[in-house]
Amino acid sequence: MTVPASTQSPGRFGAFGGRYVPEALIPALEQLDEVRQKAMIDPAFVGELERLHRTYTGRPSILTEVPRFAEHCGGARVILKREDLNHTGSHKINNVLGQALLTKRMGKTRVIAETGAGQHGVATATAAALLGLECVVYMGKKDTERQALNVARMRLLGAEVVAVEHGSQTLKDAVNEAFRDWVANVATTHYVLGTVTGPHPFPEMVRDFHRVIGVEARAQMLDLVGRLPDAVLACVGGGSNAMGIFHRFLDDTSVRLIGLEGGGSGIASGEHASRFSTGVPGVLHGAFTYLMQDDDGQTIDSHSVSAGLDYPSVGPEHAYLLESGRAEYRPVTDVEAMEAFRLLCRTEGILPAIESAHALAGAMQVGRELGPEAVLLVNLSGRGDKDVHTAAEWFGLIDSTGAPAQGDDRPGPRPSGLHDSSTDITSGAKGMGEHQ
Amino acid sequence: MSVGPIIERCRADGRPALIGYLPVGFPTVAGSVEAMEVLVDNGVDIVEIGVPYSDPVMDGPVIQDAAVRALAGGVRLSDIFTAARAVSGNGAGALVMTYWNPVLHYGVERFAADLADAGGAGLITPDLIPDEAAEWIAAADVHDLDKVFLVAPSSTPERLALVTAQCRGFVYATAVMGVTGARASVGEAADELVSRTRAVTDLPVCVGLGVSTGDQAAEVGRFADGVIVGSALVRCLTEAPTPEAGLKALGELAAELADGVRRARA
Repeated sequence: MTVPASTQSPGRFGAFGGRYVPEALIPALEQLDEVRQKAMIDPAFVGELERLHRTYTGRPSILTEVPRFAEHCGGARVILKREDLNHTGSHKINNVLGQALLTKRMGKTRVIAETGAGQHGVATATAAALLGLECVVYMGKKDTERQALNVARMRLLGAEVVAVEHGSQTLKDAVNEAFRDWVANVATTHYVLGTVTGPHPFPEMVRDFHRVIGVEARAQMLDLVGRLPDAVLACVGGGSNAMGIFHRFLDDTSVRLIGLEGGGSGIASGEHASRFSTGVPGVLHGAFTYLMQDDDGQTIDSHSVSAGLDYPSVGPEHAYLLESGRAEYRPVTDVEAMEAFRLLCRTEGILPAIESAHALAGAMQVGRELGPEAVLLVNLSGRGDKDVHTAAEWFGLIDSTGAPAQGDDRPGPRPSGLHDSSTDITSGAKGMGEHQ
Repeated sequence: MSVGPIIERCRADGRPALIGYLPVGFPTVAGSVEAMEVLVDNGVDIVEIGVPYSDPVMDGPVIQDAAVRALAGGVRLSDIFTAARAVSGNGAGALVMTYWNPVLHYGVERFAADLADAGGAGLITPDLIPDEAAEWIAAADVHDLDKVFLVAPSSTPERLALVTAQCRGFVYATAVMGVTGARASVGEAADELVSRTRAVTDLPVCVGLGVSTGDQAAEVGRFADGVIVGSALVRCLTEAPTPEAGLKALGELAAELADGVRRARA
C-alpha cells in the first residue's frame, strides 16, 4: 500500500494513525497531549492512579488457569487474565480513571463518551461520579434498546444518556455525535474516548492506560508457569484490551500476539466486523487505519453478535502490528464465540462478556493447532452479566419478550454430562439456527 | 480555476462574495445540479458542492439528513464532477466540500486531476488539517486547485499562521464552535476570528456556520470577504413538499442572501 506523505506528523504507528479532525479540535488535542505526557512522568499523578487501581478498581487482576475449558483447546494450558473482575466489570475502567484524572488536571468539568454495549459508558459514568464531573454518554438508539439495563446503570450513576438516532444508530454514530458535542463544548469538556483509535494522542494514551494489563500478566505468568506464554489472545473491537495486554509482550518475539475480530455470520456473508479480512486502509473518526468501506469510501456497517466488536474500524496501532507482522488477526464467527461462551460457563463457572468469548474461541483454535505443550494467555476483558439477555435469547432460554421459553423448565442446549467433550457441548444448540 | 478572482471581483464591487452549499445527489443528481443552477441564477457567486458522506462529524442534522437521503438514492462520488462541470459552465466558482476518506479512497492525485478536468476550483476539507495534507497539497499544486482549510475560534495564533500558509483561494473561518446549522446569532466570535486571521494572511477570509438570513449575511458581510450559507439552503430542499416548491424556496432565499451581501457595506 502507499504510505501517506505526511507520516512525519505526530501519533503515527508506521503509516497509521494521525489526526483527521476539524481544526477546531486541534488546540484541545495539543493540550491533552501535553498534559498527559507530563502526567505520566509526574509521581503525584501516577501515584494517584495506582492508588485508585488498588483501592477502587481492584488491581492487580488475578490470573485463573482453566483446565476444564482447556480440554477443548487441544489440551494446551489456558490461563485467563481476569479483567472481568475489575470494578464495573471490564478493562474499560483502567482507561477511564486515567482520563478522568486528566480532565481534572485540564480544569474541565464535563466529560462525554460514546458507548456500544455500555461497558465504556458505565465506566465513564462511574469515574464521573467518583470525581464529581458532569457526564453525557452517547449511545446508538439500537444499542439503548439492546442494552436497556446498562442505560439504567448509567442513569443511576448520574450520567445523561443520549440515544443517537442518526445513521445506523450504533457505535459509530455514537462516536460521530460525541465528536459533534466536543466541537461545540471543547472549552469545558473532555471527550473520554473509549478505545485505542481516534486522533492522536488517543490511541497512544488509551494504550498506555491499559498497558498495566500486560505488565501484570507477564510477571504473573512467569510466577505461575515459569515461562512466557506461546501466545497471547484478545478480542479486538477498537482494540483497547488487546493493545493493553499485547504491549508489554511486543519485545518478546517468541510470544505470538493474536487478535480476534468479530466474524459475525462469516466473512463470505458480508455480515461481519472483520476489518482485517476485508477492509482496506482509510480514515474514520480521526485516524488512518483499516476500515470497512465501499468503492466510494463510504463506511460500511459492521455486524457482530457482540456490540463491543460491532465497529467498522480498528485502532491504528493494530493496523501497524498487522502490517509489521508482529501480531496476527483472525475472525471468530458469532456461532463460534457463543459456543466458547457456553463452554466457559459450563466448564469453569465463569460467565464471560460475549466480546471476550471471541478470544476464548480463538484459544480453542490456537490450542488445537499448537497442542498440549502450548501455554495460552487469554485476556478475559469483561464479564457477561450485560449479555445475559442476548445469550439467553441465543440459546432459547427466553423468548424475544424476555419471558421464559415455553414448554421446558430446563430449556436450551445441555451437554450429555458434566464431563463433556467438545462434540457434546456443541450439539443441539437450540436457537442457534436462527442466527446463522 | 481558482475562486480567488471571483472574490476579488466582488471586493471591487464593494461587497463580499456569496457562497452557497448544496450536497450533490439530493433529491437526485440531476435535481441537485438544477438546484445549484438556481443558486447561481439568484446571485450566488461560488457554489460549495457537498459530497454526501456516511460519517459527517462537522455537520448538524439538516445536512446529515440530506446526506443520508442522497446516499440512499444511490449518489456516487463521481457525480461531483457532473455538478462541477455544470456550475463552472454557468460562470460560477465550483468548490467541492468533502470529508477526507472519499478522496483518499478514490486516490488523491486521480481525484485532483478529475476535478480540475471537470472545471472544479478546488476543495474545502473540514476534517483534513494541513499537517496531514501533504499528498493533497502536492496534487492541488500540480493541478492548480484551491486548498481551503478551516480556522476556528479556538485556533491559536500559531495554528492560524500554519493553516493560512497552506490555503489557496480563501480561508474558511468557522463562525462558532460547533457543527453546521442555522443559528440566531453568529457575529461576535466570527468578527474576532476574522481579525485574528487577517493579522497572519492576505488571503480572503470567508465566514461560515450559522448564517441563514439576508440580515445575517449583511452583518457577517461587513467584516468578511465572503459569506457561506449551507443548512438554510439545504433545508429549502429537504422540507419542501415537492421538488418544484423546493427550487422556488431555494431561489427566494438565495436572492434574499444576495441582497444581504449587497447591502453589507452600503
